[in-house]
Amino acid sequence: MVERQPVLTAVTHLVLVLGILVVAFPIYVTFVASTHPLEDVARAPMPLRPGDRLAENYAAALTEGLRTVGGLPVGRMLANSLVMALGIAVGKIAISILSAYAIVYFRFPLRTVCFWMIFMTLMLPVEVRIVPTYQVVADLGLLNSYAGLTVPLIASATATFLFRQFFLGVPEELFDAARIDGAGPVRFFTDILLPISRTTLAALFVILFIYGWNQYLWPLLVTTDESMYTIVVSIHRMTSVAEAQVEWHRVMATTMLAMLPPVAVVVLMQRWFVKGLMETEK
Amino acid sequence: MPMTRRRWLTVAATTAAVLKPTLVRAETEIQFWHAMGGALGEKTKELAEGFNRSQSEYRVNAVYKGNYTETMTGAIAAFRARQQPHIVQVFEVGTATMMAATGAIKPVHALMAEAGEKFDPAAYLPAVTGYYTTADGRMLSLPFNSSTPVLYYNKDAFRKAGLDPARPPRTWPEVGEAVRKLQAAGLACGFTTCWQSWIQLENFSAWHNVPFATRANGFGGLDAELRFNSPLHVRHIGQLAEWQKTKAFDYGGRRNEATAKFTSGECGMLTESSAGYAGIKRTAKFEFGIGTLPYWPDVAGAPQNTIIGGASLWVMAGHSPQAYRGVARFFSYLSSPEVQADWHQFTGYLPITRAAWDLTRKQGFYEKNPGTEISILQMTGKPPTENSKGLRLGNFVQIRDVIDEELEAVWAGKKPAKEALDAAVRRGNDLLRQFERAHR
Amino acid sequence: MERRRVFPHRVLPYLLVAPQIAVTLVFFFWPASQALWQSVLIQDAFGLSTRFAGLENFRTILSDPDYRHSLGVTAVFSSAVSALALGSALGLALMADRVVRGARAYRTLLIWPYAVAPAVAGVLWLFLFNPTVGIVAFALRQVGYRWNHLLDGREALLLVVLAAAWKQISYNFVFFLAGLQGIGRAVIEAAAIDGAGPARRVVSVVLPLLSPTVFFLVVVNVVYAFFDTFGIVHAVTGGGPAKATEILVFKVFRDGFVGLDLGRSAAQSVILMAIVIGLTIVQFRWLERRVHY
Repeated sequence: MVERQPVLTAVTHLVLVLGILVVAFPIYVTFVASTHPLEDVARAPMPLRPGDRLAENYAAALTEGLRTVGGLPVGRMLANSLVMALGIAVGKIAISILSAYAIVYFRFPLRTVCFWMIFMTLMLPVEVRIVPTYQVVADLGLLNSYAGLTVPLIASATATFLFRQFFLGVPEELFDAARIDGAGPVRFFTDILLPISRTTLAALFVILFIYGWNQYLWPLLVTTDESMYTIVVSIHRMTSVAEAQVEWHRVMATTMLAMLPPVAVVVLMQRWFVKGLMETEK
Repeated sequence: MPMTRRRWLTVAATTAAVLKPTLVRAETEIQFWHAMGGALGEKTKELAEGFNRSQSEYRVNAVYKGNYTETMTGAIAAFRARQQPHIVQVFEVGTATMMAATGAIKPVHALMAEAGEKFDPAAYLPAVTGYYTTADGRMLSLPFNSSTPVLYYNKDAFRKAGLDPARPPRTWPEVGEAVRKLQAAGLACGFTTCWQSWIQLENFSAWHNVPFATRANGFGGLDAELRFNSPLHVRHIGQLAEWQKTKAFDYGGRRNEATAKFTSGECGMLTESSAGYAGIKRTAKFEFGIGTLPYWPDVAGAPQNTIIGGASLWVMAGHSPQAYRGVARFFSYLSSPEVQADWHQFTGYLPITRAAWDLTRKQGFYEKNPGTEISILQMTGKPPTENSKGLRLGNFVQIRDVIDEELEAVWAGKKPAKEALDAAVRRGNDLLRQFERAHR
Repeated sequence: MERRRVFPHRVLPYLLVAPQIAVTLVFFFWPASQALWQSVLIQDAFGLSTRFAGLENFRTILSDPDYRHSLGVTAVFSSAVSALALGSALGLALMADRVVRGARAYRTLLIWPYAVAPAVAGVLWLFLFNPTVGIVAFALRQVGYRWNHLLDGREALLLVVLAAAWKQISYNFVFFLAGLQGIGRAVIEAAAIDGAGPARRVVSVVLPLLSPTVFFLVVVNVVYAFFDTFGIVHAVTGGGPAKATEILVFKVFRDGFVGLDLGRSAAQSVILMAIVIGLTIVQFRWLERRVHY
């Protein structure tokens, strides 16, 4: 913010609060639903204020989660989700940043072909090719393994595309300065490009981590060992009860719990956002 | 350092000690993929554990693989990748697809015969197993969780409306009467239904002993054609459409969303699966009762028997005879009276054998839980005819969607009943022909 | 985007690009080609009986009036979702970038919805708008409007548009904010010194500098609206009532996953893919010209 304009500031805050109300309202409802007994949640209309069963529902979600996955501790499921999310986020970022770097800062035959090949992966959604992908993974012997869970999901175009956009926006002067200093491509990458990519990296990490965290269909298909299931799978599990009654209050409580690590990641990344920003100010 | 003799012996002994447990535990593992989440899933796991404890040759591993659709697609994907499980739970609308895949499945009757397992088809309740047997009575898959539609009614609301809470309406005209009184007493809506295709068309046909489709509802061949646009069907849907105008009937959703309309007290009656009992009991803050599905009294042959919904267990091809013997033993275990009675009482699903039914009665379960026997009585009152054994139609998941769409147009007042049902039959027949073509 | 200065190395770029290309070939192109091959086959679910059918699947689809209806629904749906998600996110990001106090709280709260798994998000919206038990539906009834998306097609479409845009706002917000914060303070201050007010600064300075991000998000949002919204539609309306919310991608999954007619589903995917590729090429050709790098 450059000038001090109290009116503008007030308007800004107002818009943000409104935005949060709209955007976060469903989350609020989730929270409220997780604090009531099932009877109140399943009847019309659900009360808007938090109920009195918070401790009970959450305790049950934590220990019940134990039972519904056949005696597996919730900790194990969270660990699986974590490994998947981290593996996918780190993997995608690593290979995408390298590819984008190559495409923007080098000239080589097949350059455009490579970009479009990578970009094409956006054009066919996962669910359509999931059965043949499963077959490939099975043939490679990667079923029921962390590798099988993460590697097929690393082929992403969004990260490459994003980095391409970002690199194209980097001023040429930086490149020239580096060349004059005698820096090769590796030095340029590590000393100049990476530091200024901080905010983009942080943003991407948040998005990809959550993407990996929320994976449902792929882990379900690729593992037959329930000890490899992720926490999102267990949430789904609670909702597929055929004709019986879904335990909505439990589902909501578990959903809130499952959202905590991604939110923690967001909060941590924010620190990095700000730090990265301040560094470039210097 | 040279390996002395003593060192070698130590190595050998350690290796033997490490390997020994693995050598002894040579149980054959049986993969059982199911779609039971929540408490049902835990119970399913209990069933598997019970079997594992009862013997030491086989180990059934019950794995939750998503909802019905995901589990089925997963099994198919696995089959294509030669990774298929031994047993997979498939919902009833997938029966035709499974049955037509002769190279991918092993029919239960063949399984039991080859394994030399004692198997008496007559011990099973025909109305429950009928859906999953061939036209000449040979069992293809084992029923696992089956339910049938019943009528739930709000006894408190009945009292308020001057109706006898001990006498639920038995015919559709009686329903009309009850609805009039309920709305006069201030209720917003008279009655609603879940699973409209399953209850108001499929079960409607069976209950009135009229065909839903030709060729004995598809049991006789892939060239069946739909028939649920007969004058009787049109009349019934037309009556519901009339009622929708005044909310005597109020549509509540394709699956079981409408249950909330009943449990909240908005609607006085609900036609829904018998397996919804536990949920309704928990959520409804009023006294409710259970009655049989209503019927039109002027139709000869009504009421016949209702058909089931739910899922069954299919055995997949491509495994060793050793494994199949284990599967057969597991199925015998599942069919035993004690196991069936326990499953039935816990879940509300129907027992699959007469013995389990008798055992439950002897245990006094039906006295303690009034109304829970109605579903069984409704299904076993008469031996099934070719109109009431069930359905064997391909692409049926999509046909149900088509029916849902057309009926929704009726409830919204956009189409008259006859036009909608004719359109549904036409579109459904297209889907049936596609299925036929793909299996030529 | 030419006339850039580049490194002269020959071999290094191939090495850099190799990992992604390798993964893409093995885990995308190989399975995708198999999936697309199925579009010219008619087979049963298990692959036990396969018949080559040429363009028969395509002919059946394109002559189906329901398919054409779905095209129309998809066009409306995608534009609405993209516009809503992009516009709201940009507005919120601009605001969030301005504030100093409470900044972190605002940002976390606005990003939170993205952390909700898609299928659960669909259920949440259903919860809110369910004609019987939904809070929002209840509130609407109090002011005299009987909401019933189970019967009214337009309400159903509105509902899925809101639900789909809601999830996407968070995603866009994260990137808009990152982009905004990457714009050096110095540039903004220079513009302010030049006498540009806040609104003028946004239009003349911030947006052009943000344009690479904007372009990225436009492309991604369009793709999202076409492809990733299946989960929401499936959870909230199931394509109904009477096909009012049946977007193309929903048909693809319905026919493939649920109906197990892989041939028809694959053929629809091919058509869908062609549409999105076409749209993307248009965006790259036309829109990217206006991007300021």
